[in-house]
Order: sequence, then C-alpha cells, then structure tokens
Amino acid sequence: MPHPMSPLAVRAFTATSALGRGLEAHAAAIAGSRGGLAPNDFSTTALPCWIGRVAGVEDEPLPGEYAQWECRNNRLAWLTLRQDGFIDAVRAARERYGASRVAVLLGTSTASIGATEEGYRRLENGAMPDDLQRPAIHTPHSLAGFVADVFDLEGPCLTVATACSSSAKVFANAERMIRLGLIDAAIVGGVDTLCDSVLFGFNSLELVSGEPCRPFDADRNGISIGEAGGFALIERAVEGDTSPLFIGYGEASDAHHMSTPHPEGLGAELALRDALARAGIEAGDVDYINLHGTASQKNDEVEAALVARSFPATTRASSTKGFTGHTLGAAGILEATLTLLAMRDGVVPANLGARTPDPLCGPQMAWQSEQADLRIALSNSFGFGGNNACLAFARQGASA
Amino acid sequence: MSAALTVWVKGIGLWAPGTPTWHAFREVATGEASPAGNERPVADVLPPNERRRAPESVLLAAAAAGQAVAMSGLNAADLPCVFASSHGDQVITDYMCATLASAPAELSPTKFHNSVHNAPAGYWTIATHCHAASSAVSGGEESFGAGLLEAATLAVADDRDVLLASYDIAGTGPIGGMTLTTGAFASALVLSPRADGAAIRLDITPEPGNSAGEASGDAWMDGLAASNPSSLAVPLFHALAAAHSTALRVPAARGLDLHIDVETVP
Repeated sequence: MPHPMSPLAVRAFTATSALGRGLEAHAAAIAGSRGGLAPNDFSTTALPCWIGRVAGVEDEPLPGEYAQWECRNNRLAWLTLRQDGFIDAVRAARERYGASRVAVLLGTSTASIGATEEGYRRLENGAMPDDLQRPAIHTPHSLAGFVADVFDLEGPCLTVATACSSSAKVFANAERMIRLGLIDAAIVGGVDTLCDSVLFGFNSLELVSGEPCRPFDADRNGISIGEAGGFALIERAVEGDTSPLFIGYGEASDAHHMSTPHPEGLGAELALRDALARAGIEAGDVDYINLHGTASQKNDEVEAALVARSFPATTRASSTKGFTGHTLGAAGILEATLTLLAMRDGVVPANLGARTPDPLCGPQMAWQSEQADLRIALSNSFGFGGNNACLAFARQGASA
Repeated sequence: MSAALTVWVKGIGLWAPGTPTWHAFREVATGEASPAGNERPVADVLPPNERRRAPESVLLAAAAAGQAVAMSGLNAADLPCVFASSHGDQVITDYMCATLASAPAELSPTKFHNSVHNAPAGYWTIATHCHAASSAVSGGEESFGAGLLEAATLAVADDRDVLLASYDIAGTGPIGGMTLTTGAFASALVLSPRADGAAIRLDITPEPGNSAGEASGDAWMDGLAASNPSSLAVPLFHALAAAHSTALRVPAARGLDLHIDVETVP
C-alpha cells in the first residue's frame, strides 16, 4: 500500500532539449509558445518526419579525461550537466555527505546504442572498429556509469530502463533510498539521444507522424521523436525549505500489451491514485498536469478520458511534446523540469500543435498558454510494456 | 551494527546451463548431483503463444521468476517486480544494429518492441495480470547486486513482498565481442519484509569498496559465475543452497559492495 511520503527538496535541476540549453531557454520557449521541432536531418537513411534535435552536440566532444565514454548520448549528458550550476550543486552535496552517500539513479531507453549502431555500420573484420572498442558504451548502463565517473561517486548507481517512463521512475527509487537512510542525496534524471533504432523502430510500428506531432488533436497521426537530457538533485527537505518539493509518485503496470495502452487507462489511473495517496492530496488540489500526450492515437485517447473523468475543470492540463518531441527515456525528467518551471513562472504551457481538440478532452485542457497560480502539479509518463509513472511536485515555498 | 535492509527469502528460482531449476542447482551445490544437459528454460507462466514467440531473454527471466513465485505460494499478480539485466537481449540488439546498418526500413516491428530493456517485465506483468509497479534495471557489470539492492529497498520501503529476477544471455555478433558474455543465467527471489515462517533471512548492508568475487574453488560454479554479469549471483545462491548461516559480499556498483549475512532460521 502506498506510504505517505515526506516531501523531498529538489535542490537543483536542469534540462537541455530541442528548446535549448538550460532552464531559461526552456522558460523562454514556453512563454513564447515556440516549439523546437524541425524536419528530420538525422537518420542515416532518409525518413520523412519531424524531430526534436539538440543543436551543436556533434561539435562538442567530451573532454579527454572522459574519452572512454565518448558518444552522442554522453555528450548530451555532459552538455546538460554544465547548465544551471548543476555540477557545483552535486559537488557540494558530495562534499557534504561523502561519495558513498550520493546515488546516481538515471533513466534511459536506448542509452548509447547510437554508438553501437555506428560500429555495425563500419565493422572491421566483423568486429567493432578500433575507436569503438569501448565496452563501457555498448551497454544500457553507459549513461549512469559516465555520470558516476564525472562526479567520482561510489554510492548506489542504477539505470532504470522502462522505455518512456524511465526518467520519471528514478524519482521513486531516490525517495525509497533516502527514506530508508541508505543515501542522503541522489542525482536523478536521464538522457536519450536520436538514433536509427528509435527512428526506424517507431517507424516500423507506424507510430511516427510525417509532420510535427499534434497531441490531443482530433486528427493527430503519430509522434515526433526528440532527444533530451535532464537532471535533478534530490535531498531531504528541511523546515522552511525554499526549493521546489517532490511530494509524491505512483508506479503501476497495465498488464495489457507491449506497445498499446490499456483501453480504459487502468495502469495510468493506478499510478495517478498511488501518486495522490503518497502526496496526501486529492485530485482537486492539482493545479496543473503535464500529460504524457505523445500524439499517438491510442495513448492520447486513454489519457484524455482519464483526465476528463478524474479532475475538476479548474485543473489545467497540457502536453509539451509539441515543443520538444517525445524524448523517450528522457521524457520523464524533461517534463518534470517543464512542470517545475510552470510552477515557478506561473505559466501553463500551451498544448502546442493541436488545432482541432479531440472531443474526448475535458475542460482541463489548456490549448493556449495561460497565466495561473500553480502550487501543486503532476507529470505523467507511460512506457512500452504498459509501464506507468506519475510524479507530484509542489512549488517553492508552497506547503503540500 | 544492524543491517541497513533485512528481508526474508520466500521463493527461489534459477536457470543455468546444466541446472535448469533451483532444485537441480541445489543438488549440484550440495554435491548430490552433477550438472547435466542443456534444457531450454521452461517459462510456463507465459501463455503458449507468447512462449513460442518470446525472445530468449523473456523465456529465461520468466522461467526463474516463475519458479520463485511458485515456491513462495504468493500470487504473482500482487507482487511488484524488479527485472535486472546488464545487457538485455543481445541477440535482438545484434539483429537491430545489423538490420539498421543494411536495410533500416525493413526493421521488424516485433523485434523492435521486444528490444526494450523492460520486455521481460512487460511480458511478465501481462501474463500474470500484475498491475503492481514493475521495473527494469541495469547496473553494468554489477547489475545483479544493483537489482538486489533495489528490490530489497522496495520491499522494506513499501512493506510489500517483491519479486527480483536477474538475467543475462550469451552475447553474439560484434556486440558479443564487447560484452564478453559466454552463457545464459537467470536467478529470481521473492523477498519479504516479514518472516512469516520463511527459512532464510538476508541482512544487507551497502559497504564502500569492491572486494567481492574470490573464487570458490569449485570449477563448475566458478565457470558459471564468470559467464555473464547476472551470474555474479552464483555465490549467494550457492550459500542459499548450503542452508547454513554465512556472510558474503556482492558488488552493487563501482566502489560499492553489499555485505550480506545469510541467516538460516531454525
């Protein structure tokens, strides 16, 4: 049964996506309702679709000391870590608590598979080419291994790889470990970069749209794939904490199908109820929900119905995938970051891309950007295998 | 000093080449039998159609998990689960990367959705009608210990019985040349925060440093333990088979071991 949790402080957080590097680039794009999707110029073979690509990743190799970790995914991790004072915040936590008391808990779907794909494109005598003979990057744990190495941490180090719920679920891992006293702080978050596996994989499932994605539009026709990185530093909250608070989470399984959501949104609803119970709040307390809202036909249908039946009309809801694309294993942390920014700035993000609302959507949907006092907010993440997560946050200084 | 996490073992499952069940492994570990044959994992939790089509990683994880849940007498539908694997299904990774290098538009949609690291967790929850939380984790070469730490943490934090399954398969193709995994191995435990008559207790404490991994002197066990990251579970399962109290260390991350006191409860 869900245990009510004590709020945790989000001591630092940051994200980098097609909207730019760091928090202010994201806040400006959301305030101006300016998306970051562009025609696909990434895949090794032509694939007509739109993508959310982070500019400049290919021009910024890792510093020499991290050469063994070199690949696009870890480059984006490194780019992301360097924004918003995040590195300094982690170093201060390491100093405060010690290297074995800070965990690295990161979500990813494909990690550095892009480098493995590249190796297969230019095999040497049937083996990985010399420059890619680096076992550390040909495994799902590459990202977490890299981040633990950057900060020289020796606490628990875990990769959660539950597809598109990955970097939301790591908040739950962190809460459990902190509550039980195993650690004092955790770096949570995740990174996923564009690669042929996801572009051609989702294309094979006929889930990729030929145009920019339109979440919750009556005529939506598929997802736009993006890349992103994001991190948060989670610690125990103290009396009078001025950081935003992580107040609840829910996790559940659909037990329905590998790549289609439960038709009644059962798992999503269980995750939502779990999150509300742990946070000690009711649906009516929720001011904003950052929806999973991929713009796939089924996913949006199920989520729209869940929101329409569960929340009062005053709750605001939108998907931000029209801004960034679906960043897969990084979607959880990117959208948690956008949720925290929405509360910080009092701005409900527009549901960018939709022109004709799906009639299933309730009055909660914010089709255009709105100004609002947002004290408590949720972020939904659903993944392949029917894996659902819901996170609950409270604004800086707001009591849950 | 008391342990950071105390959990009781309610169910055990295992598949290794030559010992396709926990019972077979225990007989080998106690010297009553020798490893024999190389039977396919029996994943009878999966419906026959799924079993026929399932990739090796799913069969392997479901076989071990099914044994552990059966021994526990609990209902799989009620158990949150953690599926740990260092490399996931390398046969599918090899297929994906080879196809993407030659004819990306011909990628198989089924292979793609089976390529996600949480495919075994997904198939397991679908087959057992489990709506509880499920997770799929990797901890690199220390995946077994990382998964054990996560599962024990979940059991104690939420006061619930939890299923842990840990698996890796043999590598193949160029990816196999990187992972150097030579065989398949899976293990599973149902861990409980309460004794409820269980015969074995694990007192688990994370400790700095990596000093786990000395050889046991048993050539078969040591060969098995070296075959892939998930088989770093072998010393713990050897201790569970011996059924007397002992202490050992299992690596859980770079620079972090789990000190585990295995206590048999009379």
